[in-house]
Amino acid sequence: MTDMLVAHPGIKSSPVFTQDEIEWVPWLEPLTPSELTPAHWAGLVDEARSKSDYFMLLVRDPGVLEARTLTDKDIFYNPDGGLPRAERELAALAVSRFNGCIFCASVHARFASTYSKRRDEIQRLLGEGVGADIGERWNAIVAASVALTTTPSAFSSEHVRQLRDARLDDLAIADVIQSAAFFNWANRLMLSLGEPDAA
Amino acid sequence: MTQASSDIIDQLVGIAPGSALDAIRARRPRARANAERTYRELFAPQAAEGLPLRERLAVAAFVARLHRSEPAAAHYAGLLVEETQDSALAAAVAAAAASDAAHGPYGHFPSLELRSEDRDGPTWAPDAEQAAALGPRLMAAFIHAHLVVFHPRGAGRDALRALLAAGFSTTEIVTLSQAIAFLSFQIRVVQGLRLLAG
Repeated sequence: MTDMLVAHPGIKSSPVFTQDEIEWVPWLEPLTPSELTPAHWAGLVDEARSKSDYFMLLVRDPGVLEARTLTDKDIFYNPDGGLPRAERELAALAVSRFNGCIFCASVHARFASTYSKRRDEIQRLLGEGVGADIGERWNAIVAASVALTTTPSAFSSEHVRQLRDARLDDLAIADVIQSAAFFNWANRLMLSLGEPDAA
Repeated sequence: MTQASSDIIDQLVGIAPGSALDAIRARRPRARANAERTYRELFAPQAAEGLPLRERLAVAAFVARLHRSEPAAAHYAGLLVEETQDSALAAAVAAAAASDAAHGPYGHFPSLELRSEDRDGPTWAPDAEQAAALGPRLMAAFIHAHLVVFHPRGAGRDALRALLAAGFSTTEIVTLSQAIAFLSFQIRVVQGLRLLAG
């Protein structure tokens, strides 16, 4: 028997970029908690993620989910030097805004605002798009993230030079690269496996 | 002489042990190790429970070519030939990507406010020769891969419906989606770090 899509009759569309909290609903059937084996629990990494439809759908391939999650956590949460957390979130947001992932952008706009305390500029990036002027250093981070996001990539030595001019050391530049690259992974999953729900 | 790294990103970038870039990657050790692990979970020969390895590698070779990333494209094309010994398939994959002139991301937005940001772009479809060489499952997988690589905001329920109709299970679709999305990350890390190396 062919697997089926999941219907979500009651959802409220979320058609613009926002910092508001919105949900995400899957188009394919997630696993239920009673179906989880020890390998699945390991794949979820955090037990609390069994409450998330997104992770319960991805856990169908638990080895890949576990590795994805550990990659994500180290790129964004590793506190050892490099780019401040707020700016890793800014890179994630710029990629999400450019790729058009409204859900990802909402989450990472909130994180970027919280960690930077520059909520108004984050809101301008959401409203105006990735060309918004939000200061030399942030413009360089956004421009590099956006260039890396085009397919094929337009990231060039000019972007590296602008980041160095903005006083990012090479570890911080590597953090921009990894944060932006990771959101090219995350956006594609979120955009192709479900949709936002503002209900 | 020190051993070259077996880490695939290190290999594709050309990172020598003890180099400055090696030291930088070592500051994010779990990202490094788990990017490598994701690659092995998806593409190593023992990985393929569910989605067949032949299909994973064909999609990987196609996706790498779509990114116009020569080191990655050569690597995955090599893995495909090694695994399948099928040079006709490898040629079909290369031809499928070569005919493509897309530049992403493009697509439409759901609201009037964002209408000015709408951009059109191509959808990939195989010619008759490619369709015959690939077969219906790989054809469906390639259509999906092109969509997700170039205009993921254009990916909707219909795209998944097409994969289900081609015979993919939900779990296989998850693995396929992870493969395409992971490569979109891995190839960008390689491209970015190559430029950082200068």
